[in-house]
Amino acid sequence: MQRLARTEMEATASQAVECATIKVALTGQPNVGKSTIFNGLTGMNQHVGNWPGKTVEQKTGGCTRGAMQFDFVDLPGTYSLTANSVEERIARDYILHERPNVVVAVVDAAIPERSLYLLAELLLLPAPVVLVLNMMDVAAQEGIQVEPQVLEAALGIPVVPMCATKGQGFEALLDAVVAVWDGAYPYNPHRPVILPAHQTVLEQLIAWIAVYVPSTYPADWVALKLLEGDDEIVAVMQAALPAEVWAHVHDTLLQHEDAILDIAGARYAWIGRMIRAAVVRPKVGPMGLTARLDRVLTHPLWGTLALLGVLGVVFWLTYAIGSPLQSGLDELLRQGAEVLSDGLQGVLPLWLVALLADGLLGGAGMVLTFLPILVIFFAVLGFLEDTGYMARAAYITDRFMHAMGLHGKSFLPLLLGFGCNVPAILGARIIETKRARWLTILLAPLIPCTARMAVVAVLAPIFFGEAAVWVAWGLIAANLGVLAVLGIVFHRLVLKGEQSMFIMELPLYHLPNARTIGIHVWQNVLAFLQKAGTVILAVSVVVWALSYFPVDGDVTQSYLAWIGRGLTPLGRVMGLPWMLMVALLTSFVAKENTIATLGVLYGNFEALLPALITPPAALGFLIVQMLFIPCVATVAAVKQETRSWAWTLLSLGLMLVISLGAGILVYQAGTLLMGG
Amino acid sequence: MVPLTALQPGQIGLVHQLRGGHRFVSRLAALGFTPGAPVTVTRNHGVGPLIVAVRGAQVALGRGEASHVLVFREEAGDATIGQD
Repeated sequence: MQRLARTEMEATASQAVECATIKVALTGQPNVGKSTIFNGLTGMNQHVGNWPGKTVEQKTGGCTRGAMQFDFVDLPGTYSLTANSVEERIARDYILHERPNVVVAVVDAAIPERSLYLLAELLLLPAPVVLVLNMMDVAAQEGIQVEPQVLEAALGIPVVPMCATKGQGFEALLDAVVAVWDGAYPYNPHRPVILPAHQTVLEQLIAWIAVYVPSTYPADWVALKLLEGDDEIVAVMQAALPAEVWAHVHDTLLQHEDAILDIAGARYAWIGRMIRAAVVRPKVGPMGLTARLDRVLTHPLWGTLALLGVLGVVFWLTYAIGSPLQSGLDELLRQGAEVLSDGLQGVLPLWLVALLADGLLGGAGMVLTFLPILVIFFAVLGFLEDTGYMARAAYITDRFMHAMGLHGKSFLPLLLGFGCNVPAILGARIIETKRARWLTILLAPLIPCTARMAVVAVLAPIFFGEAAVWVAWGLIAANLGVLAVLGIVFHRLVLKGEQSMFIMELPLYHLPNARTIGIHVWQNVLAFLQKAGTVILAVSVVVWALSYFPVDGDVTQSYLAWIGRGLTPLGRVMGLPWMLMVALLTSFVAKENTIATLGVLYGNFEALLPALITPPAALGFLIVQMLFIPCVATVAAVKQETRSWAWTLLSLGLMLVISLGAGILVYQAGTLLMGG
Repeated sequence: MVPLTALQPGQIGLVHQLRGGHRFVSRLAALGFTPGAPVTVTRNHGVGPLIVAVRGAQVALGRGEASHVLVFREEAGDATIGQD
């Protein structure tokens, strides 16, 4: 009671200020359309970062309406608020410790029962809650009727019906937030109560711990979380309680280890009472859209064929539209570099002109030409994700992923890897257990990204002419084969231990929202641009400098050549001259550099190379190139996501050994066969 | 009492018990697998994960996970009742 009174006083005090700011936290279970609401509220006025010390995305943003300023924070999507995952801890810690003025709880109107579970938890925390019934259109499509006023009467909190993908309900939501904040709304929530079976235990626990509970936590909530067996709260209270009190508490908790099921059951019983009058379900009517689509899309045979078809279309769209754009940009860049060096000749020192034309435009600029391909790829995948299809793809692929100790959830990040390995590694965040996430991160760089495929697209025809297409397919298959073998080996031999749980909701299908897809693409592209503008740019300049100095502009006498000649013995066992070894080295900056470097070292390499190296050596080179250590940006992402140098170096070492090993093997075996 | 994996597509089971670590129980409980809750099997092909409907949502469960959910098999015909 005291706490509530304090919040009200604070509210009245801040109202006196001219331009009032309301701090609003957005919560909801996964797949309820929370991001769409957040994007609709904040538009481009949002900041994406990480939660301090966590690899979980944090989105904040704001909007103003009249004299009112709203600060939104988008809390991670969670099914409950028990400390099962880092997301759940973040969500509840924010509400407990940062004290938002209002919490907006988003539920899916088409799955009212399940998605209200989070509300049952939120109502026990010290912040007023506004409920959003989102996806009213999807509910109607599935034949489910929800009456917001009836639900509001039952819950005693504002209930706002929304259809965020169509932009409906945003004004009403802001109105409700203000009304709760300034006290105009008679906020009087009906909180869920625990089953009688555990009521006495709960009261006993509260009596024991009340005086010791740290001030940021409500005592009754802490007692309930103890009874639920929440690891984090157990640890907090073990530290806070005197030893003899803790002994009592600990004994009691041991006797009620099964309480979690009863507590969850009681919450669902409460939800049942709340929605009884408000939700009308179809008896046995015509099947909903989702059920009809899933008869095909989750079928073991048809679903697999459908997935292959979908992937075919994804790649066809990406390359049919993206490749011409990429070549166009590439051509433009070459001309730009020429114009630049011609125009600046004599104006600036020679080395500076070369730096601008070859180092900046030829290095970092080259990477940027892949932007169209990435944009299309991410847009198509974002579209599929936003319809709800990707969960079906994860379900279909689960049985294949199982052999590697992964499950279906690793499919999406790995698929992203075909565009660029960096988002693949960031995308592994959706996997809950560390073991499966790290394994996915280890395997992701084996997915051939657009940049590596571009190198193959240029080099394979030079060496293999008509057969180049088959060589390219073979190389992709080889990469995926190595990925599978490495996954199985790590699963069986290295990372023994618990398999990660595969528990995944299949959301109802719905029409995707252009804005959500747009923001998804923009954020992925932005991450890519930042990398291109920093890491790739810096290393491009360094590599350029190594290839330019000490004898101005003579690459054959440069530091790079010196390093390359040092690698001659290694090159010899692969049948490769040092120039190709240098090309490999520079691919560490960005995979496309292989081509750029060959251009610098040989000039017209298209005509020269076939005469210089044998077909087995050429094939070996392409294999090494495909399996070689990932680019700098990917390595940086691996380090950032695992926060482990050991794992990053392991990843690098493995790729190095595998790629060189495979290259040597192919060259030696091929030479033997041909010479034999 | 049978594991969820023993149910054929279209069959309904009432959750009786969850066998597993605390984390597993807690996660499934939040998704609505609480004692007495009806679970309808949508997909079960003998290998690979299952799809079940629980509390109005479709949930994919790995075979291992599903085998740790013990249910009472409901007779066919009661399919339309089953709300708690």
